[in-house]
Amino acid sequence: MEQLILTVILTSVPLIFAASGELIAERSGVLNLGVEGMMLMGAVFAFAVAMGTGSPVLGMFAGAFAGAITAGIFAFFALGLATNQVATGLALTIFGTGLSGLIGAPLVGQAIDGLPQINIPLLAEIPFFGIVMFQHDIMFYIAVIMVGLCAWVLNATRIGLIIRAVGDNHDSAHALGYSVLGVRLLAVIFGGMMAGLGGAYLPLVLTPHWAEGMTAGRGWIALALVVFASWRPWRVLGGAFVFGGITIMQLAGQARGWTIPSQFLSMLPYLATIIVLVLISRNREFALANSPACLGRIFHTEK
Amino acid sequence: MKARPRANTSKDSGKKTVVAPSAHHMPLLNASGIIKRFNDFTANDDVSFSIYEGEIHALLGENGAGKSTFVKLVYGLIQPDAGVFEWRGDPVTITGPQQARDMGIGMVFQHFSLFQALTVAENIQLALPGGEPLASLSDRVRRISGEYGIGVDPDARVHNLSVGQQQRVEIMRCLLQNPSLLIMDEPTSVLTPQEAEQLFEVLRRFSDSGMAILFISHKLDEIRALSSRATVLRRGINVGTVDTDTRSARQLAEMMVGETVGYVARETPPADGDILLEISNLSRPRPTQFGTPLRDISLKARRGEILGIAGIAGNGQDELMEALIGEWRGKSNGVISLEGIDISHAGPALRRNAGIGFIPEERNGHGAVPAMSLAYNNLLTSHSLAGAVKNGVINDDAMRHAAADVATAFDVRLPNENPLASALSGGNLQKFVVGREIAKSPSVLIVSQPTWGVDVGAAMFIRAAMLDLAGKGSAVVMISQDLEEVFMIAHRIAVLYDGHLSAAIDATDLTAEKVGLLMGGSAASEALET
Amino acid sequence: MISLVPRKDISLALTVMTPVIAITLTLVVGAIIFATLGYDPLQALYQFFVAPVSRPDQVANLFVKACPLIIIASGLVFCYRANVWNIGAEGQLILGAVFSGYVALTFSDLPGWAMMPLMVFAGALGGLLWAMIPALLKTRFNTNEILVSLMLTYVAALFIDWIVRGPWRDPMSFGFPLTKMYEDAALISRIEFPGIGYLGQLHWGVVGALMLALGAWVVLARMLVGFQVKVMGFAPRAGRFAGCSPAFVTVMVLGISGAAAGVAGMVEVSANIGQLQPDISFGYGFTAIIVAFLARLNPLAVIGAGLVVALAELGGDSAQIALGMPKVVTGVFKGILLFMLLAGETFNRFHVEIRLPRSAKAKQTGG
Repeated sequence: MEQLILTVILTSVPLIFAASGELIAERSGVLNLGVEGMMLMGAVFAFAVAMGTGSPVLGMFAGAFAGAITAGIFAFFALGLATNQVATGLALTIFGTGLSGLIGAPLVGQAIDGLPQINIPLLAEIPFFGIVMFQHDIMFYIAVIMVGLCAWVLNATRIGLIIRAVGDNHDSAHALGYSVLGVRLLAVIFGGMMAGLGGAYLPLVLTPHWAEGMTAGRGWIALALVVFASWRPWRVLGGAFVFGGITIMQLAGQARGWTIPSQFLSMLPYLATIIVLVLISRNREFALANSPACLGRIFHTEK
Repeated sequence: MKARPRANTSKDSGKKTVVAPSAHHMPLLNASGIIKRFNDFTANDDVSFSIYEGEIHALLGENGAGKSTFVKLVYGLIQPDAGVFEWRGDPVTITGPQQARDMGIGMVFQHFSLFQALTVAENIQLALPGGEPLASLSDRVRRISGEYGIGVDPDARVHNLSVGQQQRVEIMRCLLQNPSLLIMDEPTSVLTPQEAEQLFEVLRRFSDSGMAILFISHKLDEIRALSSRATVLRRGINVGTVDTDTRSARQLAEMMVGETVGYVARETPPADGDILLEISNLSRPRPTQFGTPLRDISLKARRGEILGIAGIAGNGQDELMEALIGEWRGKSNGVISLEGIDISHAGPALRRNAGIGFIPEERNGHGAVPAMSLAYNNLLTSHSLAGAVKNGVINDDAMRHAAADVATAFDVRLPNENPLASALSGGNLQKFVVGREIAKSPSVLIVSQPTWGVDVGAAMFIRAAMLDLAGKGSAVVMISQDLEEVFMIAHRIAVLYDGHLSAAIDATDLTAEKVGLLMGGSAASEALET
Repeated sequence: MISLVPRKDISLALTVMTPVIAITLTLVVGAIIFATLGYDPLQALYQFFVAPVSRPDQVANLFVKACPLIIIASGLVFCYRANVWNIGAEGQLILGAVFSGYVALTFSDLPGWAMMPLMVFAGALGGLLWAMIPALLKTRFNTNEILVSLMLTYVAALFIDWIVRGPWRDPMSFGFPLTKMYEDAALISRIEFPGIGYLGQLHWGVVGALMLALGAWVVLARMLVGFQVKVMGFAPRAGRFAGCSPAFVTVMVLGISGAAAGVAGMVEVSANIGQLQPDISFGYGFTAIIVAFLARLNPLAVIGAGLVVALAELGGDSAQIALGMPKVVTGVFKGILLFMLLAGETFNRFHVEIRLPRSAKAKQTGG
């Protein structure tokens, strides 16, 4: 049982990183569909640096940096040149998938040492809870802290207030003298950094190899997760465990010979996301309160 | 931040605190010789007047009289081309809203710029510099709210508030910066009468505490009820500053609209022409937050006449036009009938087939598509008519020819044979849009603001074309905010005010002053005396 | 400080030149990336864009590769013209394949003249129905079609995965996730040129794709529905003024693009695979989005754009064999190309002014 829950948590970590980063970007009004591409760039750079330096921790930083740089490309086009966000995000995913494959080609078949497990003193001794919560690698703890940080920044700080304001009504924010594009640039870069971390988790912890397209659609799941969480950070944490849990459940289910085909279990997160979307959008007031009103809309000052 | 000096006026809190302007009493704000031009259009032409502490000062005028331009200058959003502002006796250049706020000027816009998803306190926090904690800010909001009886809950989310409450949030945003002068742009245009009365109470308390208030309005009754003095602008010119106590609504109306235009080049239509278009008891709820509901509108348009619907912008013109075009259709909110046939439930295309032509106020993106050719813009309102489309295929040649014919007949100057609509100047495109409808000889033409933003020559051409159409036996319903235009060509005139439409009266029985009273919302009975 | 100033006039030369400039820039940037990573850039570009089309049969295969892209993009053009963002063509393609597969596998003894039209119809129906989900959710509940259509792509992929591993699996497939092979009547045959014979894998579906693109152009350019789609995209308010309903247009364009993607799925399976399997598309639904943009949303130009993008796809294979590059490198070109096209769109609509901070400051103090 503990092992099962542990596996669920491990599977969730990349989603937690990528989704909470994307959540910040979307709260500022930017829909970046390039998560998958940013994760892959993070993964390949993390692997390459970890292999070159022998330090998985340096690899982690490299992953975050690569994700942020990749997000910078998106920002240049979608914010600087006001291109369509949907198409630009798509371009970023296609580009990132290709470039990571190209960069990683010589790395295929190599192996690295993953991040070591860190047991939190005392807490790790607690039966069951200690094993599940306090015997992890450093990135797990960072992921949980980042979710808390995102929630705190968004809801309790002025920066968070400005991010929400820009995502809610960019014209008013501009009229009050806030730099809409500046705020969005930072949010997008942060989102890229987090996606990079999420990608880095794959070679640094889950499988100590690089494989082309190794994110296997996790970036798209992260996008769904943000909506599923109705743009609230703590719900991302819960949602990531649900999404991760379903993945593990099918494996367990197959082993025990369940009659429900695993594919239908796998569909659940996507169908749930659609249902959440419908529930949010069917009522205008509810949509206003629960989704960033300017999401995906292009801002420029000339009317 | 400097404490706001209290005005040394009497402490009585009667209905009005009249502050007598006098030579030894220094004005809070003095404007002298303010001129602002936009290209060749002079929006403010030598405007001079003063505002004193504790005074409620109204700025009165029709659309385009230059009221909004003037307050934007005061708030630093735009800069004057000539003239001087003095603040507490010192000449100042107001370079931007931030400086205006620092000086002690607050402004509440007509369309609020609130963040719907955020709480009241968060909205206010965003507008304030520095990092006052939300808790202490909420306390301040509650305290000030109690002090002036504003009734704003800092923890409420804005999207749950009524428009009146949202306006109070905007006011609160200004108040927290301790303004000495509060500017309000048409504050009652979005309010119910009850909300307006509550607002007046609040404003009077502000005035009692020494704050000066400059508010823009065209509603004569409320100006007389609330303000002590009013400055009247007409076509950018300062007509005068008067004590509202000493002037009647009638006199204010006269100042606002000016002399009656005498010249009328139209023939009287037969008094008993057939009724072509009849609207009875059309009502429509407020479509958006800042929209105006339509209240029980009835009208009859007869063969051979131009029925003018006067009124100041934002009194239901857009809502009425949408209902007439059929872009909005109510389930059971009144009846629109054409020559006796109920068309209330027909869409725009069916209404056109039945013989109505429509010309909306906005050319770009409503009446015409700028990114499309004139031929296709012609198709926009003729795709349901014979000859335009055969088996789903557009008859390009016919559309091209029709567009070219319209261009010839209505003197539309084209840069090439079939240009994009965006390549035409405003006046040329408007002539095309008008010509496109008139060319179909509609039995009823419904037009909104036919000459908005159009040069004089084109405007006269368009008016003549509408008179000509009426002369040939059609009915024209013209919604216009240009009173001069209404008097020039309309045979009968009704006034739209706050979603109500007054009864139509023969133009010859009306004076501009009477219409001005109706436009300012003075009771119809008062307007029609004498 | 970058600022975008709207252009007053849109020049024809700029419109035509945009894709050309975008392709050129893509090649330059791609070459720089290759050089950075230690490949000979000229050699790489040669392998990518010349080697795959050096023989007539290879050119024919280019058309085969472009076939699903052209079909899907012809439909997507309608969506994007109307400002409706269907990015779930991949899922609609899969449903088209499944529906037509049902016909092929269930009525396997139908003669060819009945089988083919029925399969095309079923494919179109499958894609259309799948696209109706985002369409109805959007018109009914105002739900974002981008996210819904994307989510449904994953549902569709899982659905076909289940169907070929479960109920439709061929008992004789030795446990492989495959259905029975289609009967000959359900297969799209290759084109036999008199005197030459077959040219690569060139099949009749390619002819269908070209006709479809032509048909889409006629509808968009000459017919009233096309006009309605364009008006809704340019100026929705003018569209309502003209009397078309935004909901109707949304449903229509999603229906058209869904049906087109469904037909593409049917053609892809019937012409190239011959049976259903978990992976029937290599991201054609997403790649077609690039094709639609490269064509600047013109269905006739979709043909050329489909060929260009297909060339990049084939180039990936060729570069993999000749230079040992991973196949996904094609994505580098596709991604850059899409970036450049989007930037081109911006330069078409705006003058981009770059003001130096110094001059901005001077303006402030001077004002």
